[in-house]
Amino acid sequence: MTVLAVAEHRRGELRDVSDQLVAAGYDLADETDSELHVAVVGGDTAEYGDRLNRPSVDVVHTVEAGAEFNHDVSVQAVEQLVDAVDPTVLLLPHTVNGMDYAPAVASQLDRPLVTDAVDLAVDDDLTVTRELYGSKVETTVDVHADRAVVTVRPGEWPPADGNGEASVEAFDATIDESQVRSTVTGFEEAVSGDVDITDADVLVSVGRGIEEEENLDLVRDLADALGATLSASRPIVDNGWLPADRQVGQSGKVVTPDVYLAIGISGAVQHVAGMKGADTIVAINKDPNAPIFDIADYGIVDDLFDVVPALTEEFQ
Amino acid sequence: MKILVTVKEVTVVDDEFEIDGLSIDDRYVTYDLNEWDEYAVEEAVTIAEDVEDVEVVTVTVGPERADETIRQALAKGADRAVRVWDDRLAEASMLDPATKARLLGAVAEEEDPDLVLTGVQSGDDSLGATGVSLAERLEMGWAAVVNQLDLSADEGVAHVHRELEGGVDEISDVELPAVLTIQTGINDPRYASLRGIRQAQSKDLAVKSLDDLGLGPDALDSPIEQTALYEPETEGEATLFEGGAGETAGELAGLLREKGVGQ
Ligand SMILES: Cc1cc2nc3c(=O)[nH]c(=O)nc-3n(C[C@H](O)[C@H](O)[C@H](O)COP(=O)(O)OP(=O)(O)OC[C@H]3O[C@@H](n4cnc5c(N)ncnc54)[C@H](O)[C@@H]3O)c2cc1C
Repeated sequence: MTVLAVAEHRRGELRDVSDQLVAAGYDLADETDSELHVAVVGGDTAEYGDRLNRPSVDVVHTVEAGAEFNHDVSVQAVEQLVDAVDPTVLLLPHTVNGMDYAPAVASQLDRPLVTDAVDLAVDDDLTVTRELYGSKVETTVDVHADRAVVTVRPGEWPPADGNGEASVEAFDATIDESQVRSTVTGFEEAVSGDVDITDADVLVSVGRGIEEEENLDLVRDLADALGATLSASRPIVDNGWLPADRQVGQSGKVVTPDVYLAIGISGAVQHVAGMKGADTIVAINKDPNAPIFDIADYGIVDDLFDVVPALTEEFQ
Repeated sequence: MKILVTVKEVTVVDDEFEIDGLSIDDRYVTYDLNEWDEYAVEEAVTIAEDVEDVEVVTVTVGPERADETIRQALAKGADRAVRVWDDRLAEASMLDPATKARLLGAVAEEEDPDLVLTGVQSGDDSLGATGVSLAERLEMGWAAVVNQLDLSADEGVAHVHRELEGGVDEISDVELPAVLTIQTGINDPRYASLRGIRQAQSKDLAVKSLDDLGLGPDALDSPIEQTALYEPETEGEATLFEGGAGETAGELAGLLREKGVGQ
């Protein structure tokens, strides 16, 4: 039996999630006495192939397929590789690009798909643990099939490390250009404004709990009183209440302040990806089950409209 | 041109709740239009306002209760709606992406749209797989996590930005017909006007069974089964300040001063 994990790269770099996939693949292969194969499609396959040669990896498949990710190409390449290797479990990343091709791969292969796994186990069946309702609840999902495609949540497995003894093999995929219906024409970096929240020592960060734009003054006053910088979760930026350069998270900025004060923020995985590296995390949230309390060092379970003005007053 | 928008009624869980078997106890849930789908509906309605002769049709898989959610989309300007339902779906604790794509795909085949818009993910299951599964099934082009869309119907191309991680957009061209999964923030969803809400009541909402769609009962067969639902053990070690707001704010202030904040 074989577990196959497919790495991810972008603009000349293997992304961190790749080594996490190798680690998840290792756990699964170990549990099921399977071989662990890793693949990379496109990019600098020589360099990436070498990097992915981690301990316990049996084979690294490198597939020449252009410099950047194109989902139509990846779907075809991975499908052909799966035909050749016949993995019991195909592991792909639950990243933006993973979301852009994993469902198509599963559908093409006619294998069941479970996305955003935070844990994997094998008894008779493959059991995938995932989160529901904004991470308030966990669920286990059994796959009653002998083949499956699973996407793995970034940041859940500690990355594989070190050099292994895998054989690195080039795999020739035949790409049918008539099935390529999209073309990547470029990339664009978000323009930055005058405030760099990644520089701040103290961030007062506001989320949807603030309810109305007018209420932002409450957190502005607090930030001023503390000499802190104001940042936000995504909905605040989506609503146009604060500019995009204030957004913390997966698609915003990754911040590592000394103190991060999360006010009315639930702690969704895409938000946490941007702030879990803060030294001290303080959460103010009325929901005791909010996942932000899982990573907070200090917390107040209460209405922010009571706590925030009282806190501001302490510093005036 | 016809745009099909998939919309989903999502389950919203109260702060305090109880679990009943494989779902949240009814007493602690409310239902709403999925946040991501609001942006998809807005995108479709905006296109219909900008381009002549565009029909916007929404499609949902859901029970009768979901009509309320569907009417929200109609009130915002969608022209008509299709709801797919089969009572056996009520027993399925989790609808896997392939099943969903089969049901939505059958409607899409009937409707034959030029463009399909879905949300990136739903706020409850967060599988994030419906749109791309559907595209593959319909043999259409696609793009996931779209935060900018410029439709060029003459060229038969959608020029899109895909929001990657770390504040980087991928810019790509996708051949039409296509399925695009829409990211929040792409537009500014409108509130339904009173007139819109009134008009929505008389818009066509067709309910379709598997039979109507030419699907056999095996269309619901799924190899994926939800086996447990539970509150995760908190990994957290947060120190919680307790008491009234004055007290907790005072304690937090003390902590912050200790850390040199606000000095
Ligand atoms: C591809 C992708 C990328 C994403 N990128 C990002 C990103 O970069 N950054 C980001 O933040 N999100 C991102 N998201 C969105 C993310 O999934 C969540 O939707 C978002 O983080 C939720 O923001 P929130 O916590 O402010 O809102 P909610 O989840 O709605 O939480 C609001 C919180 O406020 C609390 N609250 C409400 N009222 C009060 C009150 N009176 N007093 C105290 N507490 C109160 C509630 O209990 C709740 O916990 C992304 C999603 C996707 C799919």
